[in-house]
Amino acid sequence: MNQLTIAIIFYVFAAVTVLSAAFVVFSKNIIYSAFALLFTFFGVAALYVFLSADFIAVTQVVVYVGGILVLLLFGVMFTNTIMQTELKTDVMHVVPGTLLLLLMIAGMLYTFYTTGDWMPGETQLQGSIVQRVGFETMSRFMLPFEMASIVLLVALLGAAFLARYDKAHKNEH
Amino acid sequence: MEMFTSIGLNHFLTISAILFSFGMFAVMTRKNAIVILMGVELILNAANINFLTFSKYNGGMTGVMFSLFVIVLAAAEAAVALAIVINIFKTFKTVDVSRVDTMKE
Repeated sequence: MNQLTIAIIFYVFAAVTVLSAAFVVFSKNIIYSAFALLFTFFGVAALYVFLSADFIAVTQVVVYVGGILVLLLFGVMFTNTIMQTELKTDVMHVVPGTLLLLLMIAGMLYTFYTTGDWMPGETQLQGSIVQRVGFETMSRFMLPFEMASIVLLVALLGAAFLARYDKAHKNEH
Repeated sequence: MEMFTSIGLNHFLTISAILFSFGMFAVMTRKNAIVILMGVELILNAANINFLTFSKYNGGMTGVMFSLFVIVLAAAEAAVALAIVINIFKTFKTVDVSRVDTMKE
């Protein structure tokens, strides 16, 4: 593939990501927001492939699309009666929010583009990184890896405890 | 034209800046707690893009591993936050964060 083809594919995925993210934020309907978030996650996963992080891209699809997005959809359906057409949410502080949004984008882009040239390293990541992720996980990042498992266990227990069906509480009312 | 056809570090940083700002906008302006959570996910994704970009152009693996742990913690965060949101809904019968204003029933 020549450079122009790669650039065109990159811009397609960048446009998908940014436009669907804008739809997530500006749409009034929560269900539409949740489904636009699907496209954002897939677009970001494609960008990860451009950054030669194929393992992270697959993890992104599995965890975000398969886990977090389904959880968010469950949350939407638990907290709204699906039959009611009133799935809309209000927006507050639109004008200051939009002002701050534009200021933040402008400020960050100004910083990124004017703080001198970035100096890329001699050896950039190339090709697949799955093997290197395995080596790093079992050597330098052993302790964080084990701690992540404990955090996940505690979060699982905590979430199940918080959201459980409270029978005694139900009988009171 | 060279700036647009050769994809470099700045392109990824631009996308991440835009995603981060959209996430902040959602957190600041939306009333529904679940849309606020979606904004937090956007912010985490923007941070991940930055980590991976610098990791690729630096050649090290630290950014890649860090973004992996960010994804793990995002999953834990989403689960706990949604449990809290469901509890808020049970107590207040709404998830409008501007009307959830008492700490005691």
